[in-house]
Amino acid sequence: MSAIILFLALIAVIAGWWLSQQRLTAKPWLEEGPVGQFPGGDAMTWPAAKIGLGVFLAVASALFVLFISAYSMRMNVVDWRALPVPRLLWLNTGVLVLSSIALQWSYVAARRHDAEGVMIGLLAGGASAVVFLAGQLLAWQQLNAAGYFVASNPANSFFYLLTAVHGLHLTGGLVALGRTTAKVWRSSEIADMRLSVELCAIYWHFLLLVWLVLLGLLTGWTDDFVNICRQLLS
Amino acid sequence: MVDIPYDRIADIPPAEVPDVELYHPRSWWTRYVFSQDAKVIAIQYALTASAIGLVALVLSWLMRLQLGFPGTFSFIDPNQYLQLITMHGMIMVIYLLTALFLGGFGNYLIPLMVGARDMVFPYVNMLSYWVYLLAVLVLASTFFVPGGPTGAGWTLYPPQAILSGTPGQDWGIILMMSSLILFIIGFTMGGLNYVVTVLQARTRGMTLMRLPLTVWGIFTATVMALLAFPALFVASVMLLLDRLLGTSFFMPSLVEMGQLSKYGGGSPLLFQHLFWFFGHPEVYIVALPAFGIVSDLISTHARKNIFGYRMMVWAIVAIGALSFLVWAHHMYVSGMFPQFGYFFATTTLIIAIPTAIKVYNWVLTLWRGDIHLRVPMLFALGFIITFVNGGLTGLFLGNVVVDVPLSDTMFVVAHFHMVMGVAPIMVVLGAIYHWYPKVTGRMLNDVLGKFHFWVTFLGAYLIFFPMHYLGLLGVPRRYFELGDAAFIPPSAHSLNAFISVVALTVGFSQMVFLFNLAWSLFKGKASGGNPWRATTLEWQTPETPPGHGNWGKELPVVYRWAYDYSVPGAEEDFIPQNQPPRATQVVQGAAS
Repeated sequence: MSAIILFLALIAVIAGWWLSQQRLTAKPWLEEGPVGQFPGGDAMTWPAAKIGLGVFLAVASALFVLFISAYSMRMNVVDWRALPVPRLLWLNTGVLVLSSIALQWSYVAARRHDAEGVMIGLLAGGASAVVFLAGQLLAWQQLNAAGYFVASNPANSFFYLLTAVHGLHLTGGLVALGRTTAKVWRSSEIADMRLSVELCAIYWHFLLLVWLVLLGLLTGWTDDFVNICRQLLS
Repeated sequence: MVDIPYDRIADIPPAEVPDVELYHPRSWWTRYVFSQDAKVIAIQYALTASAIGLVALVLSWLMRLQLGFPGTFSFIDPNQYLQLITMHGMIMVIYLLTALFLGGFGNYLIPLMVGARDMVFPYVNMLSYWVYLLAVLVLASTFFVPGGPTGAGWTLYPPQAILSGTPGQDWGIILMMSSLILFIIGFTMGGLNYVVTVLQARTRGMTLMRLPLTVWGIFTATVMALLAFPALFVASVMLLLDRLLGTSFFMPSLVEMGQLSKYGGGSPLLFQHLFWFFGHPEVYIVALPAFGIVSDLISTHARKNIFGYRMMVWAIVAIGALSFLVWAHHMYVSGMFPQFGYFFATTTLIIAIPTAIKVYNWVLTLWRGDIHLRVPMLFALGFIITFVNGGLTGLFLGNVVVDVPLSDTMFVVAHFHMVMGVAPIMVVLGAIYHWYPKVTGRMLNDVLGKFHFWVTFLGAYLIFFPMHYLGLLGVPRRYFELGDAAFIPPSAHSLNAFISVVALTVGFSQMVFLFNLAWSLFKGKASGGNPWRATTLEWQTPETPPGHGNWGKELPVVYRWAYDYSVPGAEEDFIPQNQPPRATQVVQGAAS
């Protein structure tokens, strides 16, 4: 459970920093007066959707970190046999990186009011994300064919589970991306679309980051790191 | 979802979001059924939660029948008894209390109290309710599937939760897990709304330190729930896979029905860590909204500003943070590394400090107040007493050496029913009496209300106080019947029968409350806009019940905190939050 505690500590630092900007030491019973007389503590001016995405990313991170916590606790048991990670995953990772770059491209194009660039970026990002998902399914198939079934070892179970949860999040992202693409298609005013494109790009970068962490975990690269953490905390 | 055009140079302050941005229902269906209006969604949440809560209430009657009169009711067998306790616990904790406080009161009160027109993502908010309803239906369907609902206990510990021999091993446990997963997805949608609305959609002048404590409580509880429910999600998914695909996340190798099972190596302790990482914050997810609401009830009905507002806010935040560091005090007897227990006992006792601050502040708010013993106030006082009682036994159980002998006895049952059952329900009932006039425009009947309070309050003590004694005798929880154990005197059996009689009486007396709700809807006295002469924004709406968009043409502007009661020199004993400073002497808007 140390991973989730560290994550919560991070959230607590962010929340604490934000609260420290909110004049929580004010004495509201003395502060009667018109708007603006007492600075600080007003509503956020960011668009709701952006804050909403930020909160959602915190929730999704908590979910993945909890999976990672469970992973690191379960891998200590003697029956754990790490499975050989298919080479295909490296290719998939490359595709996901491309997907993220394409959406970043799209966002930059939106800021330049370049409608065509936005569209190209969105389509390329969406297509490569679909290729990534197909690649993940192919990797499952390869593992299955090689006899690494989901229930035959906890390492296998976690591999299928973590990739599936990540894939489902990406699939959800594709729905949002599809809606954004449709909006861009219909609308001529690119400025209205900028926020939607930006949010898609942020979500994609987040999922790329999550995937890199999961890949490190699944390939065993982070084993040493996890061991060090465990020794520090126990 | 409404996207506000985003421009880095000229951000539009949320208070001035024009009316055209608001979603407008076009037909009866989108107005009352597939509504995106937070107030309608709130009522849908509340009705659904109450309906399934009544089912859980009936389940508790059946349990009491068995415990009070063992062997008399042949239609309850040991397996059914286990199913009753499981479903009663799960429904009450998650599908009733969590959904009612956050989905019900959160949806109704947050936009009104912060001066917003609606939640920020109305469409997602609507989806949240429908996913919640689906979760409830999946849960309720387990009563009708082959094998019935799961009997694993509400904590659903593996390995027994998915082994044969536990009732509901076929479908019950699968549907329970599925229902929990759906609930968490639905809650996350709603939770995003509550948090972002508080962060972003507060009206002009509504700084964080001018928020009513109700909003602080619900906001903090939602943040906690958003971070804690993923743990239950992870546990549910992994347990579901253990059951369906035969993985061994939690399942150790064991012999089942004389045969070696297919499982091996899994860690039941891992499940307990995940479950209680959710489960303990869950206590405060229910308690914090109750804390917030009760603060507002006391201040309004004692005509006095809340004592130590800043401390109250800090205590809410501190409790929210600390509650993530105490989960393993539920696991002292689980076989985890024993020294962990002392760490968790320490954090558990530390949490008593901010909680005690809150209790002192409530009492000091009452001190020399102009106390009106109306029904909401009675329930608020009932809450304080009950919460102190339940909290004190929590200090017993939080200590490892005291907990070990008391673990899994009726003492634990009595403790958590006092602190997490009766206390929050007192607040729920008080809050319904308090805000019913705003929701319907009519007052609830006072005489029926007082009858309801006294029967419920005294009854709850007659039920749960004796249970502490039973627990000290060593009477175990979750047992179908006690048999002829030597350490259990005959008086324990008569006490059990007594508890059952009282429980049934109190249970049936709730029908008076339901009748009151229905009768007052049509025949209740018209309440006007602000019957309690309260300061917070929800009482200052131009219409009662508030119309779509809450505020008419213009959003309110806030000039003061939420607790300007009995201000010296003011003409009336309350000053609404939206009243400009210069007009303090001329109070308007007492009743619209």
